[in-house]
Amino acid sequence: MKPLNEMRLSFPSKSANEAFARTAVAAFVAGLDPTVDELTDIKTAVSEAVTNAIVHGYRESIQTIYITAAIYPDNRVVIRIRDKGCGIEDIRQAMEPLYTSCPQEERAGLGFAVMQSLCDKVRVTSRLGKGTTVTLTRTFSGRES
Amino acid sequence: MSVRIYLAEEILTAYLSGELDHHAARSIREEIDEAAQRAHPTVLVLDFRDVTFMDSSGIGLVMGRYALMQELEGELRIENLPIHIKKVMRLAGLERLANMEAGGVKK
Repeated sequence: MKPLNEMRLSFPSKSANEAFARTAVAAFVAGLDPTVDELTDIKTAVSEAVTNAIVHGYRESIQTIYITAAIYPDNRVVIRIRDKGCGIEDIRQAMEPLYTSCPQEERAGLGFAVMQSLCDKVRVTSRLGKGTTVTLTRTFSGRES
Repeated sequence: MSVRIYLAEEILTAYLSGELDHHAARSIREEIDEAAQRAHPTVLVLDFRDVTFMDSSGIGLVMGRYALMQELEGELRIENLPIHIKKVMRLAGLERLANMEAGGVKK
């Protein structure tokens, strides 16, 4: 299926950009006329993925985070958050609720659990030393406009 | 994000306001901890009424303050949770840690 609309975004992995990233994605999907709840869900999921890229992917060094998003005719939104950071050794362990590799930073270890509960599908691919891509899929209710 | 902190009769209340994410959580937790270490309150209240956005960084903030209040032998309360924030907290099972209040301010 060909997307109706697409966007791509890249920005430095500064924590101040977490708000920018989730707001930009929310603005992009606003064309689907989502409910307030749906928008909040997407913002939260994107915020989790971007935070992971900053804290874990790049370990707080300033490099580039890439986001692409596409809207499909069946009201489906696919958002990809990518870093070229250290990668995840054990994806299954990383996705386990409450697992965190840096407890001293007060990370709750719930990033993936939150993404999974707010999205229809969360896919993670990663290569050590190459980076990580998180793909979030969510279908909106598609109110009549 | 900003926080206003008030002390009244051994109850320390932190009114959080704005978007609570990883970026905001750092300075907020320093401010709250500093006030709590100084005041040694019997109750620490985190008031979420003006929090417009929260991701799991907020859960980290609550869990960390829970640990702090355990250390100070006090209690942690979470008050005035907007629905969207309750949703994220429920996921973490935070009801078990802190006294969670949705409605009006607890006496």
